[in-house]
Amino acid sequence: MKIKSLALGIVGAIALGSSAVADRGSDGNVGIIYWQAPSILNPYLSGGTKDIESSSMVIEALAGYDNNGAMFPRLATEVPTVGNGGISSDLKSITWNIKPGILWSDGSPFTSADVLFTYDYCMGEAGCYQEAKFEGVTTVEALDNLTVKISFADPMPNPYGPFVGSQTPILQKAQFENCTGTRRQECTEENFGPIGTGPFVVTEFKPNDVIQLKANDNYRDASKPAFATMVFKGGGDAAAAGRAVMETGEYDYGWNLQLAPEVINQMASAGKGQPLAAFGTAVERLEMNMTDPSSSLDADTRSTRKALHPFLSDINVRKALSMAIDRTLLTEIGYGVAGKPTCNLVPGPELYASDNTGCLTQDIEGAKALLEGAGWKAGADGVRTKDGMRLSVLYQTSTNAVRQDYQALIKEWWGQIGVETELRNLNASVFFGGDPASPDTYQKFYADIEMYTNIFDGTDPQAYLSAYRCGNEPSPENGWAGENINRYCDPAYDKLLDELKMTADLEKRGEIGRKLNDMLTKDSYTIVPLTWRGRVSARSNSLGGVVLNTWDTELWNVEDWYRID
Amino acid sequence: MLTYIVRRLLLAIPTLLFIAACIFLLLNLAPNDPMAQVPMTIPPDVKEKMREALGLGQPLHVQFLKWVIQFFWVEPQVFVDYLFNTSFSEGKQRIFSWQTRSPVMDIVVQRLPQTLWVVGMSYIVGILIALPIGIYSAYRQYSVFDQVGTFVTMVGYSVPPFFSGVFVIVLFSVQLGWLPSVYDTLHEVVDWETFKYQFRQMIMPVMVLALQTTAQISRFMRSSMLDNLNQDYVRTARAKGLSEWTVVTIHVLRNSMIPVVTVIALGIPSIFGGAIITEQVFKVNGIGQQLINAIYANDLPTVQTITFMFAVLIVIFNLIADILYGILDPRIRYD
Amino acid sequence: MTDNVQVSALNKTNNKWLDVWNEFKNHKGALAGAIIFALIVILVLLGPFIWPYEANGINIRIRNQGPSLAHPLGTDQLGRDTLARIMAGGRTSITVGLTAMLLSLFLGTLIGVVAGYFKKLDSVLMRFTDLFLSLPLLPLLLVMMLLFREPLSTSFGPEKGMFILIVVSIGITSWMPTARIVRGDVLAIKEREFILAARSIGGTDTKIIFRHILPNVLSPIMVSATLGIANAIITESALSFLGLGFPPDFPTWGRLLNDAVDYLQQFPERVFWPGLAISLTVLSINYLGDGLRDALDPRIRGR
Repeated sequence: MKIKSLALGIVGAIALGSSAVADRGSDGNVGIIYWQAPSILNPYLSGGTKDIESSSMVIEALAGYDNNGAMFPRLATEVPTVGNGGISSDLKSITWNIKPGILWSDGSPFTSADVLFTYDYCMGEAGCYQEAKFEGVTTVEALDNLTVKISFADPMPNPYGPFVGSQTPILQKAQFENCTGTRRQECTEENFGPIGTGPFVVTEFKPNDVIQLKANDNYRDASKPAFATMVFKGGGDAAAAGRAVMETGEYDYGWNLQLAPEVINQMASAGKGQPLAAFGTAVERLEMNMTDPSSSLDADTRSTRKALHPFLSDINVRKALSMAIDRTLLTEIGYGVAGKPTCNLVPGPELYASDNTGCLTQDIEGAKALLEGAGWKAGADGVRTKDGMRLSVLYQTSTNAVRQDYQALIKEWWGQIGVETELRNLNASVFFGGDPASPDTYQKFYADIEMYTNIFDGTDPQAYLSAYRCGNEPSPENGWAGENINRYCDPAYDKLLDELKMTADLEKRGEIGRKLNDMLTKDSYTIVPLTWRGRVSARSNSLGGVVLNTWDTELWNVEDWYRID
Repeated sequence: MLTYIVRRLLLAIPTLLFIAACIFLLLNLAPNDPMAQVPMTIPPDVKEKMREALGLGQPLHVQFLKWVIQFFWVEPQVFVDYLFNTSFSEGKQRIFSWQTRSPVMDIVVQRLPQTLWVVGMSYIVGILIALPIGIYSAYRQYSVFDQVGTFVTMVGYSVPPFFSGVFVIVLFSVQLGWLPSVYDTLHEVVDWETFKYQFRQMIMPVMVLALQTTAQISRFMRSSMLDNLNQDYVRTARAKGLSEWTVVTIHVLRNSMIPVVTVIALGIPSIFGGAIITEQVFKVNGIGQQLINAIYANDLPTVQTITFMFAVLIVIFNLIADILYGILDPRIRYD
Repeated sequence: MTDNVQVSALNKTNNKWLDVWNEFKNHKGALAGAIIFALIVILVLLGPFIWPYEANGINIRIRNQGPSLAHPLGTDQLGRDTLARIMAGGRTSITVGLTAMLLSLFLGTLIGVVAGYFKKLDSVLMRFTDLFLSLPLLPLLLVMMLLFREPLSTSFGPEKGMFILIVVSIGITSWMPTARIVRGDVLAIKEREFILAARSIGGTDTKIIFRHILPNVLSPIMVSATLGIANAIITESALSFLGLGFPPDFPTWGRLLNDAVDYLQQFPERVFWPGLAISLTVLSINYLGDGLRDALDPRIRGR
């Protein structure tokens, strides 16, 4: 399966999707397998992707993102803009009009009261996982039964946080009314079987195992969904999911197949299904620690801005480490068609993607010369030193076969330019967990360099880029909870961020965003991006209508799926 | 014997409370964050708020006491209510999973059927195969049967299920297409056809697990039989003119059962604990999968509850083993 | 019973170890096991000095190759020589397997014998065993890593520190079955007549344990040993898989096997070699143990 055939697969699916007309429930059963099993169907009580994606077939937001990252209305009549008057000219409010005649799956009408309730549900005293989506919102009010106005404290150039995308779907007020505050724990039945407006209805939910669904009789499009029932199985691993879809044909859709390219190709050659790939904003990167992680420092100083890194604070070292890496080769081995080498922290959408490609060619000699010029001389054992300091780094990441291959290759290249590397891999649930007592979290960063993937929701990178503000670094004072993992601090960067916050013009926003991206990457080598990671999922040959989407839930158009005879 | 059993049962209560406290401390000492699997796109301050909502801010002894009351007082009431349709437990807080926001016990009950079907069956199959192999291998030591048995069980034991499971799936599901690779937990056995399907979906996980059990038990059976076959009492029994069958099955077997009983008693609680890797490979989603999932997600109430139920079974079955020793060998006295 | 006779018989042959050796070398299985095990050990110890490729020597141009003259077992996805990796992995796996097994056997036998023999300690020790059986493995390992990784790695260096930690973790989480089995046997044996006899002629507890109890619980211990070594090798791979084991550039058999499972259909040989290595080691130790047990058991000896 090469890029060409992958692309053909996607094009073919779209072409077929538009031509198919079927009756609701005429295509029998469809099977979906996620190797992470959903735990709960209420995204406000869980941040997990598996929970958000599975619930997106049942409960919906006002608008969503399509496979190109463009917004389209779901429960709203249209996407509000300044142009159509939906967004006030001072950018401080947005008004949504709800499609008339939408029914909940229990037959009751969907109204603005449900939207209001959902806002209160999340922002009530007990808090919720999606609070950040409602940041800056002062009030949500119903102008009438089908109109909702959301007001913000400050001008919001991007007011599409609340009720857009799959994280903030609308809950039915009648169902969840008695489930607010501390009582929401007791609402197991509601959380496992929310009443929704989506194409499917839950018939049985077994947490962390399987969901059985059937078509929603009250779905707004009378001819959809084509499938009468659905089995949504969870568990196993990515290889098992790929096998069940592409080799045995037991399931129709397999989610997020993080597998070596050879393995995916081999599975696809069985001829029962095919992989699909699409690119979002996920970037595998090296994070340089600008502060000193040495274990000889006391706990209040280690890996904080009180002590800068002995050699990584030298830009020449960071640059040389980046130059020594062959990103094309790494990506080919680790991800195949599901990855692209990149030098950008923000690889997309196109508006925000900088034309920064300088890092793509490996330059071992150049890296050596750079280090040499900066005074780092090779010692007897080949490791460069300067003022008695050895270029010896501890390079950590989470446990994952591809990441360990990356580590091995990068260690080899760094060895060639005279940098000694100690590798460490850590249990993912410890590494990505935020236990302040553990020395092994990515926030604490008790290493010189670490590698992982990060991503941002939706299409606007403002919040993502704001992470690198001075003072936002994890430290003992904030319980290691900051987002500025590199402990980067540049007043010019902060000033530019403030400008981005006040800019509404898209072109201008793009320009500032690209500049911010460059400051973190090619200007300072604080973040050394390696691979723009695509999403690979698989569908069986008999499943039509699938369009892989990385900007919203993968099941964003599940109502359009159908059986190819 | 009776006083011994009563004494042991009474002693079990403080023991179990102590074990519960140890598990609780261990879980809290381990690096844990229930927000570990939450995407990085959710900002740290929201995560902090969610942690507090889970009650993580409370002092440890308060959290532990709450759990003890819920486990020993509220949950049994729920059970009584379920049995007799009463309402003792109304309004009382049960043990809730952090991950699913639902009562831990409900999920355990939901998962018991597949766990018992697959893991329990594999244990029975494993024992049924292991005992004859062990006995006959010892009786005909160094015969071809013994050599083949040794070879197969030892290779079987050294091949971990993460490999043997995938291997049988590739062979029987992918290449031959005979058996399903994904275990269907929604499947209900109502007639012959559905029973056949249940049989087909169980056969691979059961055999993979049984291989491990068989290897272990047959080795202990064999070595213990060997020890006894050369004892004087066997010679005496033979000299008395008893048939070989009687000598082997009544005299030798009974005296050789002590280590085997120990191993089996150690294994039965682990049926309940599930088989983490095999369950994952075949997507059985039993209690083992629930436990490992909860550990990864740092869902402490679930981990604590399942581990503790596991501990109860360990204590009970080790007691049963001790009683059986006394029956198998009346010379063993505990008083 | 027999043992009393045998004890006196042992005293007649002045060198009982010579006797054991004579028996052992006549045991075909044991001899074969010993030779194969010795070959494996020699291969993994000396192999890396002779073999031209390094276990971590990456060569992208020759990745994913099948067996050839230069690379008899082929290469992996980064072009590393599989034979070199098997040899390097064997060093770690065999050392970890043997030491962890010995540690677990020592703990298990000690606790089992003491609990079975001394009635007063039985209850305490067995409840202690129950506790260890109940503790969830993964959190326990995480706590050990948290508490001891940094101190150990500063005092012994990262690799040795990790080695000690892994061996100790496997050892202290796997001794319980041995302890229960040994105790069960000791409970039965200590009621036999020959123990009473030994005690009545004034034998001390230590002497009775070492001369009469231990030899009679040898066979379950030997079985535990062979199962234990397989267990330790596989547990080590589970630790690496969970990110609690050796650094990633440190091949072990378990890890090689684990990494290769995804490639099972494309490159079946990648699973085969580490799988064979583990199985051969376990089998050879099993036969070795069988022979050793037969040789040490005075009743079977000379049969």
